[in-house]
Amino acid sequence: MPAPSLGDYLALSAVLFAIGAAGVFVRRNLITILLSIEIMLNAVNLTFVAFGRALGSADGQIIVFFVMTVAAAEAAVGLAIVITLFRHRESLNPDSFTALKW
Amino acid sequence: MLSAYIPIAMFVAVATGFAIFTIVFSNLLHPHKYNKVKLEPYECGIEPATDARDRYSIRYYLVAMLFVIFDVETVFMFPWAVIFNKLALFGLIEMMVFIFILVVGYYYAWQKGALEWV
Amino acid sequence: MPAGISTSDFYYILPELVLTAGALVVLIADVLLPKDRRAALSWVTLIALGATLASLAPFASTRVEIAHGLIAVDRFALFFKILFLVAAAITVLMSVRYLEVEGASPGEYYFLILCATLGMMIMAGGIDLVTIFIGLETMAVSFYILAGFIKPSQRSNEAAVKYFLLGAFSLGILLYGMSLMYGLSGTTNLRVMATRFAGQEQNPLLVLAVILVVAGVGFKIAAVPFHMWAPDVYEGAPTPITAFLSVGSKAASFAMLLRIFVEGLPAMSGDWRLLFYVLSIVTMTVGNFAAVTQSNLKRMLAYSSIAHAGYVLIGVVAGTARGVTATLIYLLVYSFMQLGAFAVIVLLRREDVVGDELKDFSGLHVRNPFAAFAMLLFMLSLGGIPPTAGFMGKFWLFSSAIDAGYYWLAVIGVLNSAVSLYYYVRVVVFMYLKKETIGSEPKATPALAVTLAIAVAATLILGVYPRLLFEVAEASARTLGMVPITTALR
Repeated sequence: MPAPSLGDYLALSAVLFAIGAAGVFVRRNLITILLSIEIMLNAVNLTFVAFGRALGSADGQIIVFFVMTVAAAEAAVGLAIVITLFRHRESLNPDSFTALKW
Repeated sequence: MLSAYIPIAMFVAVATGFAIFTIVFSNLLHPHKYNKVKLEPYECGIEPATDARDRYSIRYYLVAMLFVIFDVETVFMFPWAVIFNKLALFGLIEMMVFIFILVVGYYYAWQKGALEWV
Repeated sequence: MPAGISTSDFYYILPELVLTAGALVVLIADVLLPKDRRAALSWVTLIALGATLASLAPFASTRVEIAHGLIAVDRFALFFKILFLVAAAITVLMSVRYLEVEGASPGEYYFLILCATLGMMIMAGGIDLVTIFIGLETMAVSFYILAGFIKPSQRSNEAAVKYFLLGAFSLGILLYGMSLMYGLSGTTNLRVMATRFAGQEQNPLLVLAVILVVAGVGFKIAAVPFHMWAPDVYEGAPTPITAFLSVGSKAASFAMLLRIFVEGLPAMSGDWRLLFYVLSIVTMTVGNFAAVTQSNLKRMLAYSSIAHAGYVLIGVVAGTARGVTATLIYLLVYSFMQLGAFAVIVLLRREDVVGDELKDFSGLHVRNPFAAFAMLLFMLSLGGIPPTAGFMGKFWLFSSAIDAGYYWLAVIGVLNSAVSLYYYVRVVVFMYLKKETIGSEPKATPALAVTLAIAVAATLILGVYPRLLFEVAEASARTLGMVPITTALR
């Protein structure tokens, strides 16, 4: 079996990114939307690493470290915000958040 | 090339051998007498009250969140450790500054009661 | 010390270091100070901001790249850093009373404001995808929390969730574009990237990267059609945070935009100019027409701020030294009038009245003549009436467009300003002509009075005597790696 080429990795990450982006629009649960965004970020990570390997430069991997930590920080903050909202609304469906016009 | 694996092979052999040796040898030596205390899962400790597969309390999320953040920061220490020799004192100071900032955050979370089980 | 890093690098990021230290001090002081002394934290925050501002002084005419080209210390960055620090200081002054009324704890609040400012400063100096990304996220994550800071308020919670979800989503898009930029150039440094992209104009992947980055940045500057978060977040977030968000975050995003496109993608200027050309027109028009129908002042100012992003984009489209100068001038001028308008809303906030509905302004000139006059000035300035700063800003933006040959853009901009006058003047009508007055008279605290005085003075002085600002902004714009004027589209 031939080793996957750069194009294969890019195709995979494009598909992952599309799945994540579609999830953000289609899903109606805040936690699932959060997971979809994480998928998008991981697709980005894959692109960076694949390019970094193909180019033989370490920059791609360095930026992935930062994307990972930022994603973790975002996840923590996002969950905290979602939980605060849940305490008020007892719902995770974004369509039910109508105190402000959406 | 293969000779580079010899230390690893030796390590595996010694580790496995030690484990087998302890089990077999202690089985030969120890007195074969059983009572109720002996048959508990933990000889010293508290007996489990409920099933281990249980839903966590929502309060656990705070601990989980703090864990995620502090856990992921470790990612920066791996590349740092790899080239630690090249960075020398400069790298050590840099990492100390980094950890200091994390500790300030930790101290804040601690003092604000984020680590208490309310 | 490893190769490529020297002690002087730390000297050049002195302002950032001072601000970081200040933020940590605020965080620790919040724990150590007894509860009734926490009000002192606003002073600590102001001192931290002041010290940072003072530490910018040695870099008045520096122009270097440090740490392997991660950060540029130049006048362009300096201009924005001063803007951020002043905006942050005004926000802190506004917040003192607001936090008292809301009963929120000040420690984390001020810490997060300092963190957001730090992120903005790194964004303005970043000439590498890594630094720009980290700066952007330091700012954005701080703002996610700040938007939801008033925990008992459902509106604040919703604002935070909406801002977070769309912010994180846009980050994904922006990063995907950045990853393609990196892959096609083999570097994360924008200036090196610019040289490697020359001759790649037709590469479809690069065009895709440009589109993705434009979309990602469009979210951050709230350009139509990526603006849907802005009205909700601006309305729901605590008022001082709304002010800081609409000024600081927007200016920082424009700094990032200029760095990425002017410094990193001059080869693709035909493509991104076309995209921003369309975005600018749509943003101005939709923002203004949506603002006309609003009865909530914070929401109206949100749409107005969307429209202003459209105006500022005119300068970006022009892309000339003059266009970038006009962009910088407008962002500064806009900061003062926008912060001032929000300060008046904070002034009206009492335990019983939120103070952001249009009717809360009825007869304000009887209850508080100074606040009414200040609001009048800010509204006229936002509408672009001389002799205010807003007029000078718009004048430069439109003339830079004409200069670069974008006549239609200037015409549409002027027409939009005319439409915008309708809703700005409506506020004035409510303040001066409506008789009924609601509630007691608003009392200005010293901090709020200072805030209003600064904003009023800046709006008037920059409107009457704009020469100095123009020279400073032009010198700053010239340090940005400037595109040769290519007339890609008319």
